[in-house]
Amino acid sequence: MNLEAKAVDIRKDIVDLIYKAGCGHIGGDLSVTDILVDLYYKQMNIDPQKMDDPDRDRFVLSKGHSVEALYCILADKGFFDKKELFDTYSKHLSKFIGHPNNKINGVEMNTGSLGHGLGVAVGMALAGKMDKRDYRVYAVLGDGEMAEGSNWEAINAGAHYKLDNLTAFVDRNRLQISGTTEEVMTADSQEERWKSFGWNVISISGNDMNAIDEAVDIAKETKDRPTVIIANTTKGCGVSFIENKAAWHHKVPTKAEYHQAMQELSERRAQYE
Amino acid sequence: MNKIANKQVINDVLLAESATDKDIVVLCSDSRGSAGMKSYAEQRPEQFVEMGIAEQNLVSVAAGLASCGKKPFAVSPASFLSTRSMEQAKVDVAYSNTNVKLIGISGGVSYGALGMTHHSATDIATMGSMPNMRVYLPSDRFQTEALIKSVLKDDKPAYIRIGRNAVEDVYEEGHVPFALDKATVVREGTDVTIIACGELVGDAKAAAEELAQKGISTRVLDMYCVKPIDKEAVIQAAKETKLIVTVEEHTMYGGMGSMVAQITAANAPVKVVNLTLPDAPVVTGKSREIFKYYGLDAEGIVKTVTEQL
Repeated sequence: MNLEAKAVDIRKDIVDLIYKAGCGHIGGDLSVTDILVDLYYKQMNIDPQKMDDPDRDRFVLSKGHSVEALYCILADKGFFDKKELFDTYSKHLSKFIGHPNNKINGVEMNTGSLGHGLGVAVGMALAGKMDKRDYRVYAVLGDGEMAEGSNWEAINAGAHYKLDNLTAFVDRNRLQISGTTEEVMTADSQEERWKSFGWNVISISGNDMNAIDEAVDIAKETKDRPTVIIANTTKGCGVSFIENKAAWHHKVPTKAEYHQAMQELSERRAQYE
Repeated sequence: MNKIANKQVINDVLLAESATDKDIVVLCSDSRGSAGMKSYAEQRPEQFVEMGIAEQNLVSVAAGLASCGKKPFAVSPASFLSTRSMEQAKVDVAYSNTNVKLIGISGGVSYGALGMTHHSATDIATMGSMPNMRVYLPSDRFQTEALIKSVLKDDKPAYIRIGRNAVEDVYEEGHVPFALDKATVVREGTDVTIIACGELVGDAKAAAEELAQKGISTRVLDMYCVKPIDKEAVIQAAKETKLIVTVEEHTMYGGMGSMVAQITAANAPVKVVNLTLPDAPVVTGKSREIFKYYGLDAEGIVKTVTEQL
């Protein structure tokens, strides 16, 4: 499978879903897409028919507001009906609410409130160690989310228990709802911060599929400590007028913007034909 | 005087059950000593996780363990567990519906003179307001044992609050009537019903004995199952007795007494008097001194019943 082409397809689905639903967190969805595509289409051992398999890899989307990206991937992989997602997302009585919910096949834990996912992932990784199972645990955090103190409790515990079956990503797109991360609450030196807690730190270009894949491979080979991949991404990646603009945190495209976005993504997609 | 604290019973039950059930995991937040979990921690190191003084992560990690089939018991002072970790309890346990048993130790005003930071006089309100979260306040060591054995068999969230010190037995060894989520009738009566939970059930029982000598027939319900509360038992009491007095180690708002009043108002209006801690930091003192001060002990209950009946 051409993962880069798949990432463009998923981005088109995301834009489509948000435009049709009239809501969603488009900027963060587009920055995190490549990470999720690498995990779900290549790296993770996960099967829609076997979500009760105790040896499946675990995934926690701590930055739960990027749920549209996750839903589009889960739908594409057959975890649930794609049409139902697109027909009902965020609508009255829909099971597809605006943050991950574990009543939906493929979603392990409810998130949405920031600073929860990594602690839960630490618990999952500890359970794997206790039961001597080989599954791996992945958690994706936002960079604005790193201001949550609870994350640092989890980072501390992850290193303390030498959880080398745990890999965290920080979607370092440098923007949050009110502006740049540095304006809102400084988030610089993520690498030094995690390293000082005892984590293996890999810093990459986070929208580069090969870089993501290589980093995940290195994490798998790293022993006695968890790995964090600081993914330096572009918020809104793939759509020119959305890229690097805080205002697009959860803005919904107009009709003209929608068509332009789909046009840009289709042109990009054609390069892989 | 019984010298075995309820927390010790929890340690003993979990230690015994974990010999064969390898999925039981106890997590503490630098609290294994105050939780009475030292012998468990020593004898089950592979089923014990120390989280340090980090109560938020304590609960998140417990939820992660539960999602992988473990049966975690997060044991931490009730004061911190019910408010510091409230969001983790809400999102990772209640909302995600994970099999986490939150054990709030040294609950209520157990920590006495240590002050409001260490009191958990709002935990029924905070935990009980969350969908999926059950709230239990067992009264004595025998009921605590029955309760822990019972919840070990289910896979749903629960918050269980116990006190710090040993309390007088309400029941007798070998005679512990217990049905999950059903109030235990400690004593039958026809004039007044005292509904109590936790450590104050013993006081309610003693008060009923004294009231009997005054010719007042007093029913005592041990409402250890604060949520889901035994609605039928409350309605029956409201219909069959002239007064209900609730007694709890909790603030006046959002506790067991509030729930009883809510049920009676809608189903069988009867006079309900709530004996509670005040809507204020409590006075300095040991538990028993605090109970006496606010009229929650047997003497205070008798006084309230005779005045209100």
